Amino acid sequence: MSGESNRLTDGGRIDRTRRLSFRFDNKTMYGYQGDTLASALLANGVRLVGRSFKYHRPRGLMAAGGEEPNGLVRLRQGGRAEPNVRATEIILYDGLVAESQNRWPSLEFDLGALNDRLSPLFPAGFYYKTFMWPASMWPRYEAVIRRMAGLGKAATSADPDRYEKQYAHCDVLVVGAGPSGLAAALAAKRTGARVILADEGAEFGGALLGNGQQIDGRPAIAWVAGIEAELAGAENVRLLPRTVVTGYYDHNALVMLERVADHLLQPGPGQPRQRLWQVRAKQVVLATGALERPLVLANNDRPGVMGAAAVQTYINRYGVRPGRRAVLFTNNDGAYPVALDLARAGVAVAAVVDVRARAPIGWRGDLDRLGIELMADRAVLGVVGRKAVTGVQIGKLNEAGNAVVPGLSRHIDCDLLCLSGGWSPTLHLLSQAGTSLQWDARQGCFLPGKARQAVRVVGAANADFRLQDCLNLGADAGNAAANDAGRRRRGRGPHKPLADVEPALTPPRPIWSIPGTGKGGGKAFVDFQSDVTADDLRLAAREGYRSIEHVKRYTTVGMGTDQGRTANINALGIVAEALDVTVPQVGHTTFRPPFSPVAFGALAGGQTGPLLDPVRRTPMHGWHQDHGAVFEPVGQWLRPYSYPKAGEAMAAAVDRETLAVRTSLGLMDASTLGKIDIRGPDAAEFLNRIYTNGWKGLAVGGCRYGLMLGEDGMIFDDGVTVRLGEDHFHMTTTTGNAAPVLDWLESWLQTEWPELSVYCTSCTEQWAVAALCGPNARRLLAELCPDWDLSAEAFPHMTWQTVAMGEVAAGLEARIFRIGFTGELSFEINVPAGHGPALWAALMAAGEKYAITPFGTEAMHVLRAEVGFIMVGQETDGTTTPDDLGLGRMVSRKKEFLGKRSLFRRDTMRQGRPQLVGLLTDDPGHRVPEGAQLIAGADPAPPQRGLGHVTSSYHSPNLGRTFALALLQGGRARQGETIHIAYDGRAVPATVTGPRFLDPGARAK
Amino acid sequence: MLLLSCPWCGDRSEQEFACGGEAHIVRPLAPEDLDDRAWGDYVFMRRNEKGLHFERWRHVHGCGRWFNVARNTVTHEILAIYQVGDDRPELPE
Ligand SMILES: [Zn+2]
Repeated sequence: MSGESNRLTDGGRIDRTRRLSFRFDNKTMYGYQGDTLASALLANGVRLVGRSFKYHRPRGLMAAGGEEPNGLVRLRQGGRAEPNVRATEIILYDGLVAESQNRWPSLEFDLGALNDRLSPLFPAGFYYKTFMWPASMWPRYEAVIRRMAGLGKAATSADPDRYEKQYAHCDVLVVGAGPSGLAAALAAKRTGARVILADEGAEFGGALLGNGQQIDGRPAIAWVAGIEAELAGAENVRLLPRTVVTGYYDHNALVMLERVADHLLQPGPGQPRQRLWQVRAKQVVLATGALERPLVLANNDRPGVMGAAAVQTYINRYGVRPGRRAVLFTNNDGAYPVALDLARAGVAVAAVVDVRARAPIGWRGDLDRLGIELMADRAVLGVVGRKAVTGVQIGKLNEAGNAVVPGLSRHIDCDLLCLSGGWSPTLHLLSQAGTSLQWDARQGCFLPGKARQAVRVVGAANADFRLQDCLNLGADAGNAAANDAGRRRRGRGPHKPLADVEPALTPPRPIWSIPGTGKGGGKAFVDFQSDVTADDLRLAAREGYRSIEHVKRYTTVGMGTDQGRTANINALGIVAEALDVTVPQVGHTTFRPPFSPVAFGALAGGQTGPLLDPVRRTPMHGWHQDHGAVFEPVGQWLRPYSYPKAGEAMAAAVDRETLAVRTSLGLMDASTLGKIDIRGPDAAEFLNRIYTNGWKGLAVGGCRYGLMLGEDGMIFDDGVTVRLGEDHFHMTTTTGNAAPVLDWLESWLQTEWPELSVYCTSCTEQWAVAALCGPNARRLLAELCPDWDLSAEAFPHMTWQTVAMGEVAAGLEARIFRIGFTGELSFEINVPAGHGPALWAALMAAGEKYAITPFGTEAMHVLRAEVGFIMVGQETDGTTTPDDLGLGRMVSRKKEFLGKRSLFRRDTMRQGRPQLVGLLTDDPGHRVPEGAQLIAGADPAPPQRGLGHVTSSYHSPNLGRTFALALLQGGRARQGETIHIAYDGRAVPATVTGPRFLDPGARAK
Repeated sequence: MLLLSCPWCGDRSEQEFACGGEAHIVRPLAPEDLDDRAWGDYVFMRRNEKGLHFERWRHVHGCGRWFNVARNTVTHEILAIYQVGDDRPELPE
């Protein structure tokens, strides 16, 4: 191949003054601004662009748009590489790099092509038949299948580009900027409606870009330019070229993918590569056009077999001649203007083969003048040539179209076969929107059924193929859609331009597959991307498949990245014929989003890395960071897990922190606890209904531990709530449940108990909380609050006071709760969030003489477990009642509360429920994993009856050994027994104990 | 992606809401008088309608208010939006 051997010297919408260099499979080539990669490859004489999925057959370009099944390439390199991009949708730019896929070692010589020779081994459903047994071999089969039958390879390094999302609202969304869509958008725009016009192409005009039609006496493309200018100048219109609508969801919510910078070498500064739009449209106009179907005949996948309309587009839009000597084969009128355009472009047109007995009369004069032979009532029976078309075999079919009439066969040399098998309206989006499709036997295609959403379908998508109809009905639809959205144009109706007179249409002859010449005639492909042939579909029918949904899954027809855009209708027709039923009886498969593949990057948008989820930090976070804290995420919060010193192992650090709290003094940041301010005259009554225990008797100044249940009686959350005033409470929740608890409270107040006057407000982030714990806690606090009596008598356990702290603590006013979670003497000091760092610093500085030790969540867990305090989410799992945890005393018998009745259901009262126990392994150094199952015997071999599981497991420096909490069936009655903890194929013996391992006694008073 | 009209805020996308399941389930006034089955029906049993369904929604990422919705579960048509505590509207099945 030498340069752009197939480029026409003039014509097309390419800019011949702007030459672009690109590389395909490491070969440098040239194209022009306005090319796609596909048109540039064709211009350079490249016919072979890929190998097929299953048989590795050589494949060339067939289409010019998004329906291209073969021309999938890997675009760009490194982290920007993107596999499976259709060459027909890649806008050429200078420096573009692409390579072919699914070939090894090279495109020209591919070892996988052996699959084609071995193809009797690869019938429909061959995966199911061949690789079913033995199941243990699957991993090996899969590896082979993946290597041999695959598509492109994804990039392995991070994508350096940015992706973003945008929301939009409009009165009318017009999908597709062909003649119908432009007419609709213009009419809607002139009513003042807010209009969005999206088209997947780089240029507006749709089919007008590729054919030579006229509007209002000028080339149609001039009309397009005029309309585009008017729309672009309007404030109420947003034009989105290079934007494919991929999803149509409920209530007119649509998703669009805008390829912002895919047509550039790389995105400009601040520019995203792609933008995902979520649009809510009052009205939608679908002007999505139609797709030309190929005809199914032997070896119809050889490079050089192309869609007739695609060929017309390559000639007229890109100035490319896809061959030197062409044969056209058609069952409708679509191929005729293509034949004329080919001849005008200097391609020798050997014949127009029309399978209809009556070919249309209107084109004859032109064909004769150009010396093109018209062969009516004939069919192309098969393609000759292996890596490229070298000729076709032509014959006559019987009236039913299912057999070849012998003796009339003829060979014609050619390098290009243009197929036109009729047109399928592009109704994927409409189907996604919940509209059923109606079969039209005369035209051999599906038409829109009754729409369920506010949507109109116009133009070729509605099987209106004549330009004048598209312009008229498009304008009407755009105007009506705007009216329905509440916008009206005074006076005149929409402007309707005039198209040139087109020849009358002769009805098509639906024919789903061309009978072969018999004996090894070659594969007739239906789905080119998934490598499914007509014989595969017939085999599926013979094997008993009746529903098209089953045939699809068995043969994989329509399951490629193109969702069978060119395959589905032919497949339906072939299956219907094989089953001797009508097409509607076979049904059609459901279209699901996305219409066109969407990269994960676009779906993720900006929500990657640290922006995936918000991170919440406490006011004292900076101090923790400066002092070596290792953080763990708790919900969205980052909490210090521990503060290991330089060179200190994590386990040693946790031990050190745990010991410090029991022997002297520790300090923990408890700011993340959920906090809810509850106010109102009925607040105490409300808490009484929410918690299992009584709240009306709690005095102002008191604190109380509460348990909350779901209506199913299972523990939902716990925490200490304090009474700030007669009508005013401060509730604390577990860190992870702060939002769910507030939701829970709100739902009861709003829906079931509107008579209660109570207001709940989250104040989690308004308070910084420092938990001072340990035998020296009171001594230190007294130094910070010299004017305050902190004695056990003046400030007893489970009370709170507002304390004016002294100078050492910067004179802060604090709410101090005498509560704790470690069993030691504890004060939880609450100050307004902004004062948290000052409070923390003062405590750390003054606490030095007591070797005050900041401790993290892990030491806190050890400390609370040592004294048998449960943790929601650890000891509970949504199936745990208060009694299961030995908290039966928390449950009031006297009053009603949420979930109470469920505690008296048969199942919650039965004997043998899992109950909280302690476990001490025989080996005091052995720490079992949390979640390990409990079994009775020492032999771990299955089958086993599970008796429960380990809920918490730690090493305790205070106990000098490991210990665990567990839920064990009937556990409270089994204290002293030995059970076994099973994990990793072993059974570790342990003694059942009570769930409390340590009692600080008097020092906590 | 439904378009729901919050009675307080107006038309908003489904993303701003949380569905709270079937509406018009009234908490028994005297749970202790119910047998296990009747209480279990209240706690666990929910309708699974194909067609007209009355359900609770909350504008959780907005005003935070609960309200009721009559929705066709097949077509997702919203047939009515009304306040918590109001009776079911009369609607054709
Ligand atoms: Zn609202």
